[in-house]
Amino acid sequence: MNGLKKFYMNDKIVVPVFAVITSLFIAAIVMIMIGKNPLMAYGALIFGAFGTKGALINNLMKTTPLILTGLSVGLGFRAGLFNIGANGQLIIGALLSTYVGSKMIAYPFYLSIPLMLVTGMIGGALWAAIAGWLKVARGAHEVITTIMLNYIAVFIANYVVNGPFQAPGGVPKSPEIAYSARLPILATSGATWLSAGIFVALAAVVVVYILVEKTKLGYEVKAVGFNPYAAEYGGISIGKNVVMAMAISGALAGLAGTMQVMGVYYRYLGALGGSMGFDGITIALIGQNDPIGIAFAAFLISSIRAGSNQMQIAGVSKNIVIIIQGIIIFLVAANRLVKTFMFWKRKEVEGA
Amino acid sequence: MNAWIQAIINVFVNPIFYKSTLNQSTPLILAALGGVYSETTGVVNIALEGIMLIGAFGGVVGSYFTGNPWYGLALGVLLGVSMAALHAWASIRYAGDQIISGAALILLAQGITGFSLVELFGKPGSTDLVRSIPLVNLGSFGNVPFFGKIFNSLSPLVYIAFASVAFSWFLIYKTRLGLRMRSVGNNPEAADTLGVNVYNVRYFGVLMSGVFAALGGAFLSIGELGQFTENMSNGRGFIALAAMIIGNWSPTGAMWAAILFGAASAFNDQLQSQGILHLAINTQYLFGMIPYIITLIVVGGLVGKSRAPSADGIPYIKD
Amino acid sequence: MGKTDKKDYSEYAVVMEKIVKRFPGVLANDHVDLFVKKGEIHAIVGENGAGKTTLMNQLYGLLNSDSGKIYINGEEVKIKNPNDAIKAKIGMVHQHFMLVDRLSVVENIVLGMEPVYGPFFARDKARKQISELSQKFGLFVEPDAIIEDLPVGIQQRVEIIKVLYRGAEILILDEPTAVLTPQETDELFKILGALKAQGKTIIFITHKLHEVMAITDSVTVMQLGKVTGVVKTSDTNPRALARMMVGREVLLRVEKGEAKIGKKILRVENLHVNENRGLEAVKGLDFSVNQGEIVGIAGVAGNGQTELIEAITGLRKVEEGQVIFKGIDATNFSPKRRRDMGMGHIPEDRLKHGLVAAFPLYYNFILGKHDDPRFCDGEFLKISDIKKFSNALVKRFDVRPPLINLLGANLSGGNQQKVIVAREFSFNPDFMAISQPTRGLDIGAIEFIHKSIISMRDQGVGVLLVSMELEEIFSLSDRILVMYEGQIMGEVTPQETTTEEVGLMMAGHKLEDLRAQEA
Repeated sequence: MNGLKKFYMNDKIVVPVFAVITSLFIAAIVMIMIGKNPLMAYGALIFGAFGTKGALINNLMKTTPLILTGLSVGLGFRAGLFNIGANGQLIIGALLSTYVGSKMIAYPFYLSIPLMLVTGMIGGALWAAIAGWLKVARGAHEVITTIMLNYIAVFIANYVVNGPFQAPGGVPKSPEIAYSARLPILATSGATWLSAGIFVALAAVVVVYILVEKTKLGYEVKAVGFNPYAAEYGGISIGKNVVMAMAISGALAGLAGTMQVMGVYYRYLGALGGSMGFDGITIALIGQNDPIGIAFAAFLISSIRAGSNQMQIAGVSKNIVIIIQGIIIFLVAANRLVKTFMFWKRKEVEGA
Repeated sequence: MNAWIQAIINVFVNPIFYKSTLNQSTPLILAALGGVYSETTGVVNIALEGIMLIGAFGGVVGSYFTGNPWYGLALGVLLGVSMAALHAWASIRYAGDQIISGAALILLAQGITGFSLVELFGKPGSTDLVRSIPLVNLGSFGNVPFFGKIFNSLSPLVYIAFASVAFSWFLIYKTRLGLRMRSVGNNPEAADTLGVNVYNVRYFGVLMSGVFAALGGAFLSIGELGQFTENMSNGRGFIALAAMIIGNWSPTGAMWAAILFGAASAFNDQLQSQGILHLAINTQYLFGMIPYIITLIVVGGLVGKSRAPSADGIPYIKD
Repeated sequence: MGKTDKKDYSEYAVVMEKIVKRFPGVLANDHVDLFVKKGEIHAIVGENGAGKTTLMNQLYGLLNSDSGKIYINGEEVKIKNPNDAIKAKIGMVHQHFMLVDRLSVVENIVLGMEPVYGPFFARDKARKQISELSQKFGLFVEPDAIIEDLPVGIQQRVEIIKVLYRGAEILILDEPTAVLTPQETDELFKILGALKAQGKTIIFITHKLHEVMAITDSVTVMQLGKVTGVVKTSDTNPRALARMMVGREVLLRVEKGEAKIGKKILRVENLHVNENRGLEAVKGLDFSVNQGEIVGIAGVAGNGQTELIEAITGLRKVEEGQVIFKGIDATNFSPKRRRDMGMGHIPEDRLKHGLVAAFPLYYNFILGKHDDPRFCDGEFLKISDIKKFSNALVKRFDVRPPLINLLGANLSGGNQQKVIVAREFSFNPDFMAISQPTRGLDIGAIEFIHKSIISMRDQGVGVLLVSMELEEIFSLSDRILVMYEGQIMGEVTPQETTTEEVGLMMAGHKLEDLRAQEA
C-alpha cells in the first residue's frame, strides 16, 4: 500500500517539481554562460514578485487570468483534449463581453457585471466548440484547429478594433465598458491595482473542482478522457462530452479575457491576451490538471513572470522566463525521462 | 462588382503575383517537407513552428557574425536540427507525448530567440539588417516578358525548395531507407521483427524534419530581407502541417498544398494594393485570415480522404 | 562437458526438450517435448491456453525459455531472438499478420533484406526473386498490389513468401486457418503440400481436427501446458484426438440446482455481424435465452463470439437480422438504452471495456449507471452514497484490498473482474451477457465468479455465457450452443453430451452429422 501511494506521489508531484527545479537550474547555467549572476537574477525575480506591496498586487493581478487559462487547458486534458487555443477563446470572449459591456451604460452593476461574465464565457465556449465539433464530426485534431482559430481570432479582433468597434483616437482599441461593469478594486499601489477578479478566478477553481469531482458531467468527461471504450460501454456519449468539455474549457479562457477587460483595461486592447493561453499549458502541466494544483501553479508562473521585469532591470532578459517554461513543458512531456532519472538515482541508493 | 472583377484580373495578369506566390510558398514547402519526413516515420512534429523560428534566427546570427549568409544558413540548419534532436530524444527514446513535447519546443524556440536577440543585438523586436543570400540573376532571361519578371531575382532557396521536393520523393519512394521509413511509420512492430532498427529510422526522420523546417525558417530571415523579427514564423509551421495533411503526407502533395497557401496569401497581398477597390486599411485583417480559415476548413473537411501513416504519433516501446 | 547424453537427433528438423516457460501465476509450458521429423507436416493441437503458441514463440526467439534445450537438425542451438531463428532457417507466420498495410507485396517481403543498387531499392531484382519463389512453390501474388487491398488469404501467402525469402527450411504456422474461408484453406493446404514436396518442414498449430487429419503427418497434443499425446496422423482419428485435447475430468464442479426456466428474455433472429475488417463474423444466428437459465456458447476464440456479444449489447452494428430484448426490437438501441432496459454486460476485455483503469473503484462501481437516481441528484453525484454502495459491494464480493479509493489499475486481474461482476450484478439486470468471465484468473477467483453467475441465474436472470474454457461451459451452462465460423454447429445440454462431442463441434463438425454417424 505504501508503495502504491509513493508511486502516485511520484507521478503527481515529483515530475512537476523536478521539472520546475531543473528548468530554473538550466536557466541559471545559461545566465552564467552570458556572464550574469543567477543568484542576483533570481533574487531580483523574487523581489519583483513579492518584495513590495505593489509587486504583490501586480503579481496577484497577473495570477487572475492565468488561473483561468490554466483551468481551461487542464479541463481539456482531463477530457483527453489538448486545447492549445485558449488564446483565441480568450480574445473572442473578451471582445464579445466588451461589446456587451460597452452597451450597458445605463445598467446597474448587478446586471452589467453578470451579463459581461456570461457573454465572455459564451464567446469563449462557442469559439472552442467549433474545434470540438470539428473533432467529433470530422475527426480533425484539436491541436491544429484550435491554433488556426487562434490566428483567426487575432485577425477578427484587429479588424473590429480598427474599424467597426474602434474608439476614437488613433490607437486601435475598443470603446470603454460601462462604469458599472468594472469590477471593484481591492487594493491599489501606484498605477497597479488588484480587482475582485481574483475572487472570480478562485471561485472558478472551486466550480471546476466541483464540476470535475462531484458532477455527472465531470464523471462522463473524465471517463471519455481516460478510456473512451469503457465510456461507450458504460453508455456515455463520446461526441457530446468532447464538445461539452471543449466548450467549458473555452468558457474558462473566455472568462480569463473578460477578467482582463473588467478588472484591468476596461476595454479591449490587442495586447490583452498576451501569452496567457500558452502559459495555461505550462500551468496545467505543473498543476497536473488538478484545479487546486493549477491555482498554485498559476501563482508560481505569475510570480516568475511578474518578477522577470525586475530581473530584466538587473540585466537578464525576461525572455529567459519563456525558456524556463519551455523546459518545464518539455520535461513533463518526457516524464519517462524524469522517472528514469529518479529511478536510476534510487537504484543507486539501494545498490549502495 | 465590376471593380472587383477588374481588380482580380489585374492581380492575375501581373507577374508579381506569381513571383510572390513562389516566395510565399517556399518556406511552407520546406517546412511541410520537414513534416513529411518526421511523420512518415511515425513521429508527429508540431515543433515545426519553433524549428522555423530558430532556423530564421540562426540564419541572421550566422550571417551577422561571419558576413556570409551561407554560413548563416548553415547555422540555422544546425540549430534547427538540434531542436529536432530534442524532440526526437523525448518522443523516441523516452516515448514522451509528441504533441506536448512539440508545444514545449515552440515555446523554447520563442524564448531562446527572444532572449538571444536582446543579448546579441541589445534590443528587443528585431535584429540589425544583415547580408541576405544573394538572389539568382538569370541574365538575359530576365528580359523575357512576363516569365522573366517572375523568375529573375529569386532566392536560391526557392530552387532548393523545389529540388528538395524531388529529392525527398526519390528518397522516400525509391530508396531502401525510404522503404524502411514508411514501414516504421506504419507498422513498427512488423519492421522490428524483420530486423529494421525502428529507433534509428525514426531519429533520421525527425532530424531531417529539423533540416527542412530550419531551411524554411532561414528563408524568412535571410532569403530576401536579411533581418529577424520576433516570432517571425507567425504560424507558418502550423500551416505547413496543414499542407502536409492536405498533401496526404507525400512530398509532392505537400508541395502543391503549400503552393495553394502561398498563392492565397500572395493573392490577398496583391488585391490589397489594387487602388480601384478603395479598400479600408483594416480589410487587410479580413483578407489575412483567409489562409487560416482555408486550413481549418481543409483539416475539417479532408480528414478521411487524407490518411496519416498508421503509427503516426504512437511511441514504439520495445519490451 | 561430459559426453553423458550425446543424443542422435539427426533425423529431426526440430527437437524441443523439456521446455519450461513460466508466466506470472501460470506454468505455460511444463517440461514439453516436441519432435518434428525433417520434411513432415507436424500438427500441434490443443485448446486455447494449452501453451502451443508459447512453445512456438520460444522456437522463434520471441520468448526465452526458463529451461530446456532446442536442437535444429540434430545440433543444439540457442535461439534468443528472431534473428537467431532466421539464421537457423526457421520462419514463423504469426496468427496476427506482421504486414505493413500501406506497402506493396514486394516491399513487405523484402523489408529488412532489400536488394539494392547502391542506396536505391532494387525493385526489379526484388520482383524477380519473388516471382521465382512464387513459381517454385505455386504461391501466386500480384507483386505490386498494396497489402490492405488484398484478401486475408493472399496476405497470408505474402507472409509465407516473406518467410521463404529469408531462406526458411522450417516453417511455423500459428493457426493459419483461423482467418481463412474454406476455399482459402484449401488453397493453403495445396501450398503446404507443395512446400513439403520441396523438402520443407512445417509445424502447424491448430485446433481444427479435420485439418489435422487432412494434411498432417504426425500430431503433438497439448493440454494445460503439457503434452498429452504424440501420434501419427494415420494411426488416429478425430475422436481420439478430441479426447486427448479436452477429454478429462471436469475439475471444477459448481453446485447448482435445477434451472427454473422463466419466459423468453432475449431473442436473436438471423443475426449478421461484421468484424473490424468488414468480413462477416456472425453468419445468421438464431437462438433465444430465457429467464433463469444459463446458455453457454462454446467455441474456439475468433469464431464470432466477440462480435455476437458486442452486437447484443449495442457496441457493434448489426448488418442484418434482429436483437429482440424483452419482446422489443432493440437492434438499433444504444448501449445506454439497453442497460436501462435491464441488460448487463461483463465484457471480454476487462481493461478495454470493463474498467476505467485511472478511475478509483467507487467510480468504476457506477460505470453505466452513474445517472441512476441512487447515485446522482440532478447534475450532482452523490459521492457519499456512491462510496457507501461501493463499500458494500467490496465487502460482499470480497474485493482485495477492500479500499474503494484505489485506482482500477492498482488491482489484480481477479479483483478487477470481481469489481465488474459486482457492478453488473448490483444493477439488478434481467439479462446478462457474459464473456470470458474468468480469463487469466486463479482458482479461487474463478470459483467465486462461477458461484456469482449461478446465483444470478437462480434469481431469474437470463445469462448468455461465452467462454473458451470448455470446463466453464460444462459446469455452468443449462444449454450449450457450439459456435464455429460464425454459425451454430449444434445445441446440446451438458447432461446429454460429452466434451468429446462438443470438441468435435468446436472443430467444425455439425451435431446432426455426428449423431448420424453414431446411429
